[in-house]
Amino acid sequence: MNKLTIAVMLVAALGLASCDKSSRFGGGDGAGAGAGAGDFVAGSPSDPTSPAYFSQTIGDRVLFAVDQSTLSPEAQAILIKQAAWLNENPEYNAIIEGHADEQGTREYNIALGARRASAVQGFLIDHGVAPNRLKTISYGKERPLAICSDESCYAQNRRAVTVLTAGGAGV
Amino acid sequence: MQPFRVLVMLLSLAGLVGLGGFGAPEAARAEPLRIVIDQGVIEPLPFAIPAFVAAPGESRQYADEIARVIADDLSGTGLFREIPESAHVSRITSFDAPVAYADWKAINAQALIVGSVAVGGGKLAVKFRLFDVFSDAPLGEGLQFVGTVAGWRRIAHKLADVVYSRITGEGGYFDSRIVFVSETGPKNARQKRLAIMDYDGANVQYLTDSGAIVLAPRFSPAGDRVLYTSYEGGAPQIYLLDVASVGRVPLPTQGANMTFSPRFSPDGQSIVFSLEKGGNTDIYMMNVDGSGLRRLTDAPSIETAPSFSPDGSQIVFESDRSGQQQIYVMPASGGEARRISSGPGRYGTPVWSPRGDLIAFTKQNAGRFHIGVMRTDGSEERLLTASFLDEGPSWSPNGRVIVFTRTTQGADGAPALYTVDISGRNLRRISTPSAASDPSWGPLQP
Repeated sequence: MNKLTIAVMLVAALGLASCDKSSRFGGGDGAGAGAGAGDFVAGSPSDPTSPAYFSQTIGDRVLFAVDQSTLSPEAQAILIKQAAWLNENPEYNAIIEGHADEQGTREYNIALGARRASAVQGFLIDHGVAPNRLKTISYGKERPLAICSDESCYAQNRRAVTVLTAGGAGV
Repeated sequence: MQPFRVLVMLLSLAGLVGLGGFGAPEAARAEPLRIVIDQGVIEPLPFAIPAFVAAPGESRQYADEIARVIADDLSGTGLFREIPESAHVSRITSFDAPVAYADWKAINAQALIVGSVAVGGGKLAVKFRLFDVFSDAPLGEGLQFVGTVAGWRRIAHKLADVVYSRITGEGGYFDSRIVFVSETGPKNARQKRLAIMDYDGANVQYLTDSGAIVLAPRFSPAGDRVLYTSYEGGAPQIYLLDVASVGRVPLPTQGANMTFSPRFSPDGQSIVFSLEKGGNTDIYMMNVDGSGLRRLTDAPSIETAPSFSPDGSQIVFESDRSGQQQIYVMPASGGEARRISSGPGRYGTPVWSPRGDLIAFTKQNAGRFHIGVMRTDGSEERLLTASFLDEGPSWSPNGRVIVFTRTTQGADGAPALYTVDISGRNLRRISTPSAASDPSWGPLQP
C-alpha cells in the first residue's frame, strides 16, 4: 500500500471518528487516533503495534450477506490478520460487536448480530487467540454506521467490528 | 407528589356507581342499537353528545373536556361518527329532564349521550345516560363515576368504554395505557428511553433515562409491571420495572451472553424469553424472580419472540430453522413445534390475541413490511398494513385493534406508533412528543 492510499484512508477514518462518541481507544466504528500519514509515528496507523493500525490498516470489521453469518473469503482474510495482530499484541483484548441492517425485526436482528459476532469470535479462536481475550455483544439494528435506506448503506451495516480493549489478564 | 402516585390514588378513589331506576323496560324497544364489528362496518354509527350539564363554577370546563375525550374515543374507533353540535336542534339543560327523541331523530343521531359534571373538594362526579334514539329508550342504566379531578381523563375513557361496550357488545379499550420506547437524536446515535402514556397519547411519562439503549417493553397482564431489555449493564439483559415506583431490577442472565425478548405468562408468574449463548439463541422460561430456569427450545437456529396463548397452554414464537424466519407453535412446556406460517416471505414477532383466536405478526416480503393476522393454525392470513418498515404488533385489551411501529425510510427516517383495526381499516397515528417505537398495550385499568 503506498503512502497516498494510507493518507486517504486516514482522512476518511478521521472523518468518521468525529461522530463516534465512544471513549474506547483505537477501535469502534471508525475511531482513529493517527497523527500523520506515511512516516512512522507511534500510535498512528503506520505503527504496527497501534490500535489505529489494527482498525485502519488491517481493518477492524467484516461484512455479511443478508440474514447470513457466514464468513466470506474477504472476511476470512481480514480475520486472519486480526488474529495474527492479537497474538502479537497480547496487551489488548477485544469485544466483537455484531450488527444488522434495518431490514429486519428488532429481536431477530439482535439474535442475528450475536450470531455474526460469534462467527468472528470462533474464527479468531481457531486462529490462536485465547478465548478469554474475546467477548461478544450484539447491537442488532440499534447502531447503524451508514444511515441511508438502500443496499449501499445496508451492506456497511451488516457487520462485525472487533473493538480493542485494554487487557493482558483476560477480559 | 409524583404523577404515578396521583394515578394510584385515583385507582383507589375512583368509584363506579349504578344510578338505579334510570333504566327503561327492555321490552319497550324494537330493534336494539348494535354495531356488529365482525360484519364489516362500512357506515359509522352517528351519535350526538350535547354539552354536559355542569354545576356552577369550574365544572363547566371539565364538562366540556370530558365530553370531548368521550367523542374522540368513539370517533377514533372508526365505528362511530359524531354529529357536530352545530347541527343539533335541541339542548340538554337538565340531566333528569325527559329526552326529546324527535329532536335527535331529526338529525339522524342513533345514539345520544347525556351527562352532567360536578366538581367539589378535589373530587369529580360524572353522571351519564346513553339513549337509543330510534327505540325511544335508554340503552342500559344511568351510571355515576366518581374520582379525583386530576384523573378526569380516565373517567372520560371509562364512560366511553361503557358506551362502546353497550353498542358493540365487546369489551372496551379506552381506559388503558401503552408502554413504549421514546426515541430522540440521529439515526446512528439514537437515544432511547422507556415511556408510558394513555392509549390516546395523553399523559406521557418517562420511566428510564436515556443512558442506555432500551428495547421492547412488555406489560404484565395486570399492567403493574413492565419487562424490557436494556444495555445498562453492557450486554442486553432483561429488566423488571414496577410502574408505580419506577423501580427496576435486572433479572439473572443465567450465564448467558445476553437475555432479551421477554414476555409474561398470562398469570404473571413466569417469563418466557430468549437467551443467547455462543451465538445461538433459544427460548427459555423462568419464574419472575429469576429462579426455576427451564429450556424450551434446543436448536442451532435462532428462536425468539415468544408469546403465550391466553390460556397459558401454548407458546407461539419465530424461528429461522427452515432457513428464514417463520412462525411456530409449541406446548408451553416445550417439545415439538409445528410451523403455522406458510406464505411467501419472512414472518416474525408473533403475538397471541387476548381473545385467543388470532395471532398478529410482522411479515417481510418483496421489500415491504406488513402487520397481519392469521388464525392460530396459520389459516386465513390477512395483511392489515404495508410500508417501508412496519413491525412489532401489540393487541388492544379487547383484541380488536393492533398498535405497532412504523418507521419511515432514509437518513432522516424515524419510527412512530400507529393503530389499525383487525379489519385493516382505520389506520391512525398516535401523536407522541418525539419518535416512538416498540409499543406494548396494557390491560383495561381497574
